[in-house]
Amino acid sequence: MLATRGPRGRGARVSGRGKFTVPFNRKHLLGLEELTADEITTILDTADTFKEISERPIKKVPALRGKTIANLFYEPSTRTRISFELAEKRLSADTVSFSKAGSSVAKGESLRDTVENIRAMKVDMVVMRHGSSGAHRFLANFLDASVINAGDGQHEHPTQGLLDMMTMRQHLGSLAGKHVTIIGDVMHSRVARSNIWGLTKMGAAVTVCGPSTMMPAEIGRLGEGGVTVEYDIRAAIAAADAINILRIQLERQKARLFPSMREYFEVFGVTPEVLEAAPKHCIVMHPGPMNRGVEISQEVADGGRAVILEQVTNGVAVRMAVLFLVAGGSFDAGTPE
Amino acid sequence: MIDWKDKREFWIAGAKIADPESERLRVGSVCVQKGRITAVVWQKAVETDLPVLDAERYVLAPGFIDIHTHLREPGFEEKETIETGTAAAAAGGYTAVVCMANTNPVIDDPSVVEYVTCRAQTTGCSRVYVAGALTKGRLGEIVNEYYHLKRAGVVALSDDGSYVTNSQVMRTALEYAGLHKLPVISHCEDVFLAQASQMNEGYTSTRLGLKGSPAAAEEIAVARDLMLAQLTGARLHIAHVSTAGAVDLIRRAKKKGVSVTAEATPHHLTLDDRLLESYDTNLKVNPPLRGVKDVEAVRAGLLDGAIDCVATDHAPHNEIDKDVEFDEAPAGMIGLETAFALLHTRLVVNGVVDLLGLVRLMTVHPASVLGLPGGRIRNEGPADLVLIDPAEEWTFEKRHIRSRSRNTPLIGSSFTGRVQGVFLEGKWQSAIIGEEAQGMKT
Repeated sequence: MLATRGPRGRGARVSGRGKFTVPFNRKHLLGLEELTADEITTILDTADTFKEISERPIKKVPALRGKTIANLFYEPSTRTRISFELAEKRLSADTVSFSKAGSSVAKGESLRDTVENIRAMKVDMVVMRHGSSGAHRFLANFLDASVINAGDGQHEHPTQGLLDMMTMRQHLGSLAGKHVTIIGDVMHSRVARSNIWGLTKMGAAVTVCGPSTMMPAEIGRLGEGGVTVEYDIRAAIAAADAINILRIQLERQKARLFPSMREYFEVFGVTPEVLEAAPKHCIVMHPGPMNRGVEISQEVADGGRAVILEQVTNGVAVRMAVLFLVAGGSFDAGTPE
Repeated sequence: MIDWKDKREFWIAGAKIADPESERLRVGSVCVQKGRITAVVWQKAVETDLPVLDAERYVLAPGFIDIHTHLREPGFEEKETIETGTAAAAAGGYTAVVCMANTNPVIDDPSVVEYVTCRAQTTGCSRVYVAGALTKGRLGEIVNEYYHLKRAGVVALSDDGSYVTNSQVMRTALEYAGLHKLPVISHCEDVFLAQASQMNEGYTSTRLGLKGSPAAAEEIAVARDLMLAQLTGARLHIAHVSTAGAVDLIRRAKKKGVSVTAEATPHHLTLDDRLLESYDTNLKVNPPLRGVKDVEAVRAGLLDGAIDCVATDHAPHNEIDKDVEFDEAPAGMIGLETAFALLHTRLVVNGVVDLLGLVRLMTVHPASVLGLPGGRIRNEGPADLVLIDPAEEWTFEKRHIRSRSRNTPLIGSSFTGRVQGVFLEGKWQSAIIGEEAQGMKT
């Protein structure tokens, strides 16, 4: 079993013996588009190792002891925020959390001023969820601290993409050559974008499926080598090794991008009958929170193919890995605990 | 040595003169006396007792005319004032601008026209013509008093920044503007298709997760206004054309004899939406930067006459406005100070258009679109002139900016060709400040 050692600081990394040969030299994690396949592999391998920590009676390692992390959540989030906080605590970081729905501008303090305050308070890392695409780039441009994207607008949600890939890897082995189908509101989904970048970089084939009103312009070009667009749900999952079902947000119906929840469920809802079109080994994923009876039926959500709670478990491990690597941590492979 | 700069009478000798009415650049000399051009001779040297500016390295052209400027005064003086906006204009080689009506109060009443005109006379560094609002408060509901506005001095009518969504209101506005012989400038944007959009709809918007506005949002609006122009016979001018489809619609309408003209901005002629991957809010403009094919089509339209002229849509916003999340940032970039350098570098140096062609697109063409004087080098005409060094290599920096706002993505860009300054009624205003100005030999 590999043991974790404290972060060594940038540049002082011992080149890994054994498994971890690709160093992770990034200061920020803004999205999966900018990562290489090797870097993604490094994160996923690190996460596999960290997963074990969460199984221990004492779920804590001193890897980020003395590091201060601010969690800024400008959009409502339960799952992602708790997952990051747990990851930080299990790595012994000192954390502060701030949640305020709505834009920072509307709340009277600009993001720019928030940045200046963070800088003044000498925070080492910032985990941020923000409703505006590109908000993290803005933050990273002005900040010395590391910035980790916990979801920006409709752009990327890299740790979700990583935890999805981690879960797929556990069930399917390597991602290369596998088929993954993403179903739902692709246009407004940062989860879809991060999945598309991550999976295509890892050599998986991605198909997207959903109402044409929720398919963004030229989506077929997105990702490394592009994705397939298929509007017939059964055709879309016919060769799928994994299905990732996106959450349908109620406000999209208000915008009249689809006529009714009932009709959505009839055409794009994943039910046991629809799943018959998929190969027997195909797993079912959902980033949560689920709208049972809209994008996913009760039976599928609770059924044997669903790995939705494993995704949640893996989320903590992936976030531990990201925090650890971005902080400059590396493994000394083979060192006994 | 005699300093010609403060003199009211002098010669500009040996310059390459870019007279829009001649076929090519010709070396010549121009005599300026009491604010007017009193002689144009096609020879390099002149025998005179007056002070002489040796302009051999320079191109002398009529001062540029911008028919689409936001001066922000009254109401938004923190972004720009008539003083700073016209200083920016002069620094960019412009001697006249047409300011848009989206001020506060809106320029929909003769008193506001008079205020702007008055402020321009006391603080302006260029001529200022005023566009009055098409509808009361720019709300697209009630047609303004065009007779009174015209009497107060407006040269055109526009709700720029907003599209008149109600077709009946637009029809009435065009009919009534026709009666008073005022051109109508339309900002063409289907507000529902463009709602909450941040950029052009396409691959880049999908990649960046920013809501896109499709080209159709502009083209639908252009198509309706062309049809209404045909119906009413009014003079329509389409502002800031940015899509291939819009260029095509205008080209076809012109062939049918519709009384329409159109403009394109320097940024829509040179920049495309791929740049937005930086999430630089200074690249957020309305209409948005479009795809490469649109940029090419707008250029082609400018060359074949579908688009009549260049106009900057100089839209100042200060750093507080722009230093925010992309969704929160207002649309617009400043453009007066970089228009010539950008277009010279990207279009003239690359051979897309020749220097005289560019000068025409920035002088006589915009003037004729709105029926303004100027744009020519003519004996007895006002000495509104721009002096250009077409060979100067320079980098545009923040410290060069005369505008009160700095919202331009071009800071740090290298250009070939630089405006040295303008003569406004014969009075020299240098575009170049500080130690660099030493290069300007007198």
